[in-house]
Amino acid sequence: MDHQALFDETIAADQRIEPRDWMPDAYRATLIRQIAQHAHSEIIGMQPEGNWILRAPSLRRKAILLAKVQDEAGHGMYLYAAAETLGIDREELTEKLIAGRQKYSSIFNYPTLSYADVGVIGWLVDGAAICNQVPLCRCSYGPYARAMIRICKEESFHQRQGYELLLAMVRGTDAQREMVQESTNRWWWPSLMMFGPPDGDSPNTQQSMAWGIKRHTNDELRQRFVDMTVPQAAALGVTLPDPELRWNAERGRHDYSQPDWTEFKAVISGGGPCNAQRLAHRRRAHDDGAWVREAALAHAEKQARRTEAAA
Amino acid sequence: MSEFTAEGGHGAVPTTGVDTGSGTPRRSWPLYEVFVRGKRGLNHVHVGSLHAPDDEMALRNARDVYTRRNEGVSIWVVRADHITASSPAEKDPFFAPSGDKVYRHPTFYVIPEDVPHL
Repeated sequence: MDHQALFDETIAADQRIEPRDWMPDAYRATLIRQIAQHAHSEIIGMQPEGNWILRAPSLRRKAILLAKVQDEAGHGMYLYAAAETLGIDREELTEKLIAGRQKYSSIFNYPTLSYADVGVIGWLVDGAAICNQVPLCRCSYGPYARAMIRICKEESFHQRQGYELLLAMVRGTDAQREMVQESTNRWWWPSLMMFGPPDGDSPNTQQSMAWGIKRHTNDELRQRFVDMTVPQAAALGVTLPDPELRWNAERGRHDYSQPDWTEFKAVISGGGPCNAQRLAHRRRAHDDGAWVREAALAHAEKQARRTEAAA
Repeated sequence: MSEFTAEGGHGAVPTTGVDTGSGTPRRSWPLYEVFVRGKRGLNHVHVGSLHAPDDEMALRNARDVYTRRNEGVSIWVVRADHITASSPAEKDPFFAPSGDKVYRHPTFYVIPEDVPHL
């Protein structure tokens, strides 16, 4: 059987493709782009929340936030490991990120202006991430699917700590409730953008679905998120900032308004409020760490030579 | 304009119009594969990979990356270039010797149903 036929048969049987299997070049390229930029999103995603670690209101909240930000680093590591199985060096992926040749999720280009943002990010941003990520646990590429299973288990902690934080705030003072509402107003639209442009603007969706990389369309995932979020907002007593948001009994789903797609395109291609800051910070961390990476390697090589000489 | 997929994890990422990469290896820390024993009585299982300058650092990094929530009681790390693997291209001939030996399985043998404990 030829390579393509074997690949097609594996996909059709809903089996997994593994690293050393033959795969079409376009399948490999699509996966590298998706996994690498997913990894970049996790790594850049440490910055908005890291902003609040030193200002968390209690030791308990600080420990939680630290653990969460460490998880984001861990998720980035799992994903870079998965990307490397496709034959790409993770060092090169970092170079592409800091050169702006690969992107990351637009959501991390918005600033975290109040402590309520830590809660709202956990609730809405990680809630949206869970909608996107759960289907990836069944992705046709084995290493990616396995990484996603680990990530999804940990992501549940992220969402719940955020929601619990918001519950504590809405049970507090009027000022705290206002903070939660104001933060929800700012994060709602960028959260909807996390699912990408509508299906009509995504002609390659069918190919990704045929390959088993993508299991649901962008619009399906967004609808799922909206339906899931409405009762959660009600329980918090916050209003989602969309006057058109209402239950549609005929569809059995909520109707909602589209976010501003012009803003989305501007933010992802560099025009968001924090793009320059986020990339500059990542570049600085990479450059400042260069001597550590080199010194550790030089030390390891010296030790290896000594062991060899003594043998 | 690029096409975006929702499944960028933390949000939509472009699937067209961005680089993949040359695949040229960098002179960076070597790659290690990581195996974790979840609890006593279980085998070590492959969980992923990482880069580290030497074996000892690989073990420490593996602890930080793969066992943040008591996922393991023991870790093995091995340099990826020290692993010898069977080739997927030869998968069928390589495993062929076991394919036609159905008599190695207990279900091959027909035993009357009224004979106990067999």
